[in-house]
Amino acid sequence: MEETPHRRRAHTRTRDLERYAGLFAARTGVMRSSAMRDLMAITARPEVISLAGGLPDTSTFPAATFAAQMTRIAQESTAEALQYGPTEGFAETVDCIVEVMGAEGMLPDPDDVIVTTGGQQAIDLICKTLVDPGDVVICEAPTYPGAVPVFCSYQAETIQIDCDAEGMRVDELEAVLARLDGEGRRPKFVYSVPSFQNPAGVTMSLERRRRLVELARQREMLVVEDNPYGLLRFGGEPLPPLYQLDGGDFVIYVGTFSKILSPGIRLGWAVAPPPVMEKVVLGKQASDLCTSTLTQHFVREYFGEGRWREYIADLVEIYRARRDTMLAALREHFPAQATWTEPEGGLFIWATLPEYIDTSDLLAKALREDVAFVPGQAAYVDESRGRHSMRLNFSGVGEEEIREGIRRIGKAVAEQVELYDALTGEHHLAEDSPGMPGREAEDMPVDVKAKPSSGPGHDLIPPGPDEGAVLPFRKKENTA
Amino acid sequence: MKVAVLKGGRSLERGVSLRSAARVEDALERLGHEVVSIDAGGELVKRIAAERPEVAFVAMHGPGGEDGTVQELLEILGVPFTGPGVAACARCMDKVLAKHELRDAGVPTPDWFAFNETAFRELGAADALGELEERLGFPLVVKPSRGGSALGVKFAASWFEVPEALVSAFSYDDRVLLERFAEGREVAVSVVGSEPLPVVEAIPGGGDRYDFEARYEIGRTEFVCPAELDEEEAGAVTSAALAAYEALGCSGFSRVDLILTADGPQVLEVNAIPGLTDTSLLPQAAEAAGMSFEDLVERILELALKPAAA
Repeated sequence: MEETPHRRRAHTRTRDLERYAGLFAARTGVMRSSAMRDLMAITARPEVISLAGGLPDTSTFPAATFAAQMTRIAQESTAEALQYGPTEGFAETVDCIVEVMGAEGMLPDPDDVIVTTGGQQAIDLICKTLVDPGDVVICEAPTYPGAVPVFCSYQAETIQIDCDAEGMRVDELEAVLARLDGEGRRPKFVYSVPSFQNPAGVTMSLERRRRLVELARQREMLVVEDNPYGLLRFGGEPLPPLYQLDGGDFVIYVGTFSKILSPGIRLGWAVAPPPVMEKVVLGKQASDLCTSTLTQHFVREYFGEGRWREYIADLVEIYRARRDTMLAALREHFPAQATWTEPEGGLFIWATLPEYIDTSDLLAKALREDVAFVPGQAAYVDESRGRHSMRLNFSGVGEEEIREGIRRIGKAVAEQVELYDALTGEHHLAEDSPGMPGREAEDMPVDVKAKPSSGPGHDLIPPGPDEGAVLPFRKKENTA
Repeated sequence: MKVAVLKGGRSLERGVSLRSAARVEDALERLGHEVVSIDAGGELVKRIAAERPEVAFVAMHGPGGEDGTVQELLEILGVPFTGPGVAACARCMDKVLAKHELRDAGVPTPDWFAFNETAFRELGAADALGELEERLGFPLVVKPSRGGSALGVKFAASWFEVPEALVSAFSYDDRVLLERFAEGREVAVSVVGSEPLPVVEAIPGGGDRYDFEARYEIGRTEFVCPAELDEEEAGAVTSAALAAYEALGCSGFSRVDLILTADGPQVLEVNAIPGLTDTSLLPQAAEAAGMSFEDLVERILELALKPAAA
């Protein structure tokens, strides 16, 4: 292609910077960016084994199927596929959505569904509809890293509720709600990824799901259930989504085709009660008028073939093997003090290291070994939290690379543990035996540094293995 | 003129380098030069040999591009290049080495101790840490010796925070320094040729002083240029900066970062190749001196071709 002539912008001068800075909306002041993005840019180097992404494996999608479907769309639906579409999405796309939700036992009213540009837009539109600056939004700790900038950009006051092996600590949620009651405030919604959570990999137990839905009903409180991975289950019994338990009165549902078909088509959806949906539709009109009609046609064709469940079954086999590989590699290469989750589905494992290791710094060290992960702080609104944890993705790269990637990270961690021991004269090795079953359940994504703003609630600080764990350096008595 | 812009590389500051280079390339084109853009990788030498540029503009930050490595290659290839030479780059990049040079030259710099990993792993250096409190006091700043940005820089408010800060700093380099915390105003002086530019003051918008994010984000840190200093203060800061620039053998351009304490300026470090992005300090200082970005780029090129013109 011939190069199109283009204008190159002059250097921005200080005066310009000041001029723009004076125009920026207050919300840009709380938007996140930069250093992490710079580091993540390095992870894109081809030689880097990236366990940092959240990418599904699209390499096994049959090329012939893709070609045949796109050809059919071109031949039979040219005009419509190239035209604007309804803001809510095509009825045929909604039929596919109803089918996907039905596979997990949900029965939404098609009129409650809106097709969005990825699940990400659904989260954005829900915030746009419900959140004024200063409003309280509650989510899990850690939470989906992609939700953090959305909450921040709507200037929500975000409260994060710790997770353990059974997902969000709903008892802790109740304590927070009681505290808010005392302040005369109520959250706009509780955001949760109950199944195979991103980033923690944990799944909310049935008991907690029931309790959360019950709380929502009692308090007439909205819950936003984000469920991108529900169908990617490798083991254990399927659990009913919150939407199914609630029937769609207080649970707003967010779904996506990204993890069961393709993230490139940017197709997701939201299901909400009619009054909420009405505003969401208006918000969507303002944002982008409608979701890509071309990719909606693709989904229609693809579902028309009736093999979508088989494709998911194939993905599940691939991901299960990769998860097993990663768990085995973690057992082999991570030090005894490290803990990690054992997800029954989804794409991620969450590993937590000793409290003296900052995973952002560890990432710099790991990048020298050409391997990357997501530092835990990305999953927290308060960036001082999650500093000792990391998100590891097992869906995006092959088993050989997973083994090698974990070996390299493990080596970097081992060096830091050894150094710390040399600095403090401690020997942690005997503290814990490697591979002890269930140990990851105890202090998994628990972050002992609760926000000071969590108030007097000592109950918000889950019991750590050691009361002194807040101190990064525990050798006080010995060294003083 | 045919100018090769060297950028990127593998350092952690790759992103900043790409942004610096994009600005430089624009300016060079506007000045009518022929630009060859080279992302420094395995093909670097081959590309330079094939393109035969008249001069190389090194817009790289961090180890590899700012520590003398690329400069050495350019010397071998006989291509004149912008910024300081091999030895000056190596001295600036290694903060421990730089501080020794500064102290020897009588340039004020905060007291420090330096350790490498071997000292802790094999020589029981941890036992020497007890001296820190007496000799440096708290809080102190723990930094990787080589690392161009604020990555890995941590404060230790007390003894108990030292080991964790060391583990972080050692993630970036096998040598770290523990430096006495100099309290005061954060200022920077860029030098082009032998001319100091007006002092810039960085006023952090809350949070950590050494916040890496704040340095590259509009609005997070407020920059004041020229800094509001009285004549005496500005003079002291500028002479300390020039003395540091000379002590480390810099040429072309560099940026000296200092803290203006109650007892006068203290030099923290010299950045051999400072950032040239929209929010970087050098372009802002040049502008305050009446130099457009194009003027600055042209002047830097001129100094590369005729070092005597300084």
